[in-house]
Amino acid sequence: MANQVEADKRPLSPHLQVWKFHPTMLTSIMQRITGVGNALGVAIVVGWLFAIASGGDIYRCYDVFFTSIFGKIILFGFTVSVMYHLAQGVRFLFWDMGKGFTPAVANFWSYFTIAFGVLGAVGVWFFAGLIPGVAV
Amino acid sequence: MVQLTLPKNSKIKTGKTWSAPEGSSSGPLRTFRVYRFDPDNGENPRWDTYNVDTSKFGPMILDALIYIKNEVDPTLAFRRSCREGVCGSCAMNIGGRNTIACTKGVDEFKGAITISPLPHQPVIKDLVPDLSQFYAQHAYVAPYLQTTTPEPQKEWKQTPQDREKLDGLYECIMCASCSTSCPSYWWNGDKYLGPAALLQAYRWLIDSRDEATGDRLDDLEDPFKLYRCHTIMNCAQVCPKGLNPAEAIASIKTMMVERRV
Repeated sequence: MANQVEADKRPLSPHLQVWKFHPTMLTSIMQRITGVGNALGVAIVVGWLFAIASGGDIYRCYDVFFTSIFGKIILFGFTVSVMYHLAQGVRFLFWDMGKGFTPAVANFWSYFTIAFGVLGAVGVWFFAGLIPGVAV
Repeated sequence: MVQLTLPKNSKIKTGKTWSAPEGSSSGPLRTFRVYRFDPDNGENPRWDTYNVDTSKFGPMILDALIYIKNEVDPTLAFRRSCREGVCGSCAMNIGGRNTIACTKGVDEFKGAITISPLPHQPVIKDLVPDLSQFYAQHAYVAPYLQTTTPEPQKEWKQTPQDREKLDGLYECIMCASCSTSCPSYWWNGDKYLGPAALLQAYRWLIDSRDEATGDRLDDLEDPFKLYRCHTIMNCAQVCPKGLNPAEAIASIKTMMVERRV
């Protein structure tokens, strides 16, 4: 059993410490992070509904916070999260059909989904600003 | 389980630096930062730095390692055999990506080249990881022909079209670059079979001669064994033979769905 004890003491080789990220690896972990982000974002939406139901005073507090710069940054982040997750969701549909597995193709769509998340959010806010009465 | 940092006994310290002998170099110098672990002294692993004259050895990373072992520091341990990308022995992490040292050129890297063992494995010594679990997983998927019909007089026959389905699968050299590149395998390597074993599982699943397809699929229908693949795709990115385990795993998932409809 001497060998067994020795084997238990073996060090673990470095993993994240040395790994050079691939675009697909980055989009994968971002898929997980934006999933959590979306869940938190939904809590904001539900809180907004609660605020409406709770009457004018409470709603005004909620409204002041989310129309402040800080609130807007949070909401914009939520929009990026949703748009990115959307693009990734479509990408997973293609993967489920067995398409898009070549590393070069997968890398391209990784960059695309990141760009779609950011530019899509900018687009959503731009068009929201065109709606009369909405101050972005 | 996900553990982003290394355990205490695995933290890597700065080690020795080996300079090239002055005045003797005839070619450009390159720096290799190599992971060292000596099981005999009980100390933590360390990064040793070797400055070597590239004119003294061949073009590949493996040539550099052999030169270091022969001429600079004979205590360096690593696996190697065929030196032509066939045996898969010299798989290691080079410049942050898994590959086999014998087919990776020194000139493919800029600056200092970092070399460490295959990631998230127990280290026996230096660049030699313990791959027992990896081999056990390969054995687990029963990588051989299973049949129930009586054996034919001659060989089991297959149409050229059916044979073509095995291209991109049978070429695997079991170097473990893919499995040890996979974060899912890092965190759940004890339950998730990993890209290499699953690529082999698929190689036998779509073999027209194999008659255990149903049993093979039954065995993989498990939240961990197969479905821990989240299409991170590191496996396909690093495979030194250009194979695509991610695609093979997706094909197994498709087979799982198709047999239900």
